[in-house]
Amino acid sequence: MILQYLDFERPIVDLENRLEQLKRLDDGTDKGVKEEIGKLEKKIGKIRKEVFSNLTRWQITQLARHPNRPYLLDYVNLCFRNFIELHGDRAFRDDPPLVCGFAELEGQRVVLIGQQKGRNTNEKIQRNFGMANPEGYRKALRVMKMAEKFRLPVITFIDTPGAFPGIGAEERGQSEAIARNLLEMSHLKTPIVVAVIGEGGSGGALAIGVGDEILMMEYSVYSVISPEGCASILWRDTAKAEVAAEMMKITAPDLKKFGVIDRIIPEPLGGAHRDHKAAGDTLKAALLEALLPLLSMPIPQLLERRYRKFREMGAIRRKAGGAA
Amino acid sequence: MAIRLFRKKDESDRKIKIPEGMWIKCDACLEIIYKPEVERNLNVCPKCVYHFRIPARERIRAVIDEGTFVEFGEEMESVDVLNFTDTKKYVDRLKEAKKKTGRKEAVITGKGKIQGDEVALAVLDFEFQGGSMGSVVGEKIAITAEVALESRLPLIIFSASGGARMQEGTLSLMQMAKTSAALGRLSDARLPFISVLTDPTTGGVAASFAMLGDVIISEPGALVGFAGPRVIEQTIQQKLPEGFQRAEFLLEHGMVDMIVERSRLKATLSTILRYLSGSGDR
Repeated sequence: MILQYLDFERPIVDLENRLEQLKRLDDGTDKGVKEEIGKLEKKIGKIRKEVFSNLTRWQITQLARHPNRPYLLDYVNLCFRNFIELHGDRAFRDDPPLVCGFAELEGQRVVLIGQQKGRNTNEKIQRNFGMANPEGYRKALRVMKMAEKFRLPVITFIDTPGAFPGIGAEERGQSEAIARNLLEMSHLKTPIVVAVIGEGGSGGALAIGVGDEILMMEYSVYSVISPEGCASILWRDTAKAEVAAEMMKITAPDLKKFGVIDRIIPEPLGGAHRDHKAAGDTLKAALLEALLPLLSMPIPQLLERRYRKFREMGAIRRKAGGAA
Repeated sequence: MAIRLFRKKDESDRKIKIPEGMWIKCDACLEIIYKPEVERNLNVCPKCVYHFRIPARERIRAVIDEGTFVEFGEEMESVDVLNFTDTKKYVDRLKEAKKKTGRKEAVITGKGKIQGDEVALAVLDFEFQGGSMGSVVGEKIAITAEVALESRLPLIIFSASGGARMQEGTLSLMQMAKTSAALGRLSDARLPFISVLTDPTTGGVAASFAMLGDVIISEPGALVGFAGPRVIEQTIQQKLPEGFQRAEFLLEHGMVDMIVERSRLKATLSTILRYLSGSGDR
């Protein structure tokens, strides 16, 4: 993987490179080099803390879209065993941006569903930049129904800019496919754990996002529309994306506050892309922690809890004495 | 030169003296049509059958038996939970919408009768912030579905919306899940839901309750889709085919059951209701 850096990561990375060089010079004889290394390490720690404790929502959006960020299939390798992919919606075709399969999480058999982005140009095209078509959502629904039938819990990973806006997608009912998943997931008789691992883009994200526990990685985002899309509509200027990201409050701490998500999964220092293994370990632990209590919950109670969770989302002013 | 200018002004003055707004131009056939006649015709162009967008109030008048509509949830108001400002403050946008429509939000909900049969009803109002769905619209739709469930009534929703309301951020997105979940319960209880799509029904409203009807009816020519035409054009860098995302296109692709003209809508709803009623859990 070619490592790439965001602008605000640059000062940290430059210092890290210098540190690497110094470490190579250090043969244990020169006291000055040792001292220099110590100083540099301190400095890196300080700058990293400064940058990462003051991230803007737009910077977090960039981290969520970071080209080196772990994707669904990376986490499949890091957190799961015996993955078997399942293909196709049995009606039209297989949709590669949406991946479904059986997997084992610490011995617990689950059905895994999520969006997959591509790393290089070919992969990106093959995965349609992580934007699913209706048949992708219908494949997900087919597999979820199977999970219900065979009493397997469902884990979904959200990482998409949104559902694909194309002619074919509209012809084949993109809106119906999304809507159907929302309805069916809301009363699917098996536990569902949702994890936003990168970009949670609009209805295309939510279409696999209705569940019992909603987790979000620390530097992921979840929004009603992309900051660019919002800026283009409300400001008629995509350059206002940064402001739109601030306004829409799309980060994990924001959404925890609004009751949209249940827990935030901390990421390694500098973001998940700096240490895939560590990110995978934390994610795995969080998934188990969220899933295990659900497994013993009676289904009617589970469904009532899921219904109430989404039923109560929203901010409403009711005048005193209001009927509803 | 001066005289000509003067005369021109005089002419235009005289034009304005015609009772204002008695004649309007049809958006589709561009014919000049007599407004009272259009109104008598349920706001459908008498020349080309173009269906004008109508406010929620008029919609209710057109389909619900006179004097039977009882509204609920009208006291609910949106909260600017994000402290959102784009080119205008969200609170100001809300104020304007309230002033323009005389209503607190973009949906009217209640119970009423259609040719004697009681129904739970929600009608979105495009005039209020483009019929967009924020927390209140989502809540009122969910309540209407729950009222239908409790009172064992069929549910009818008229959609007219650009989608989720951006100014309420991810909470708006979650209204898609909330409304769909409420419809799931209605469906489990085998109570009918008829969705009527009117111009336009797009985005988060299309991708939630609007496309979940047991029967889906569209008005002629209504724009219905997930992504807006402009977004699609930008994404695929192609011109869109004529009639793309219009009701007739959806019918052809199997996405709606039927297209029904406004004049026949009430009778059609009544007939369908009679096929589906009496199927609730017993």
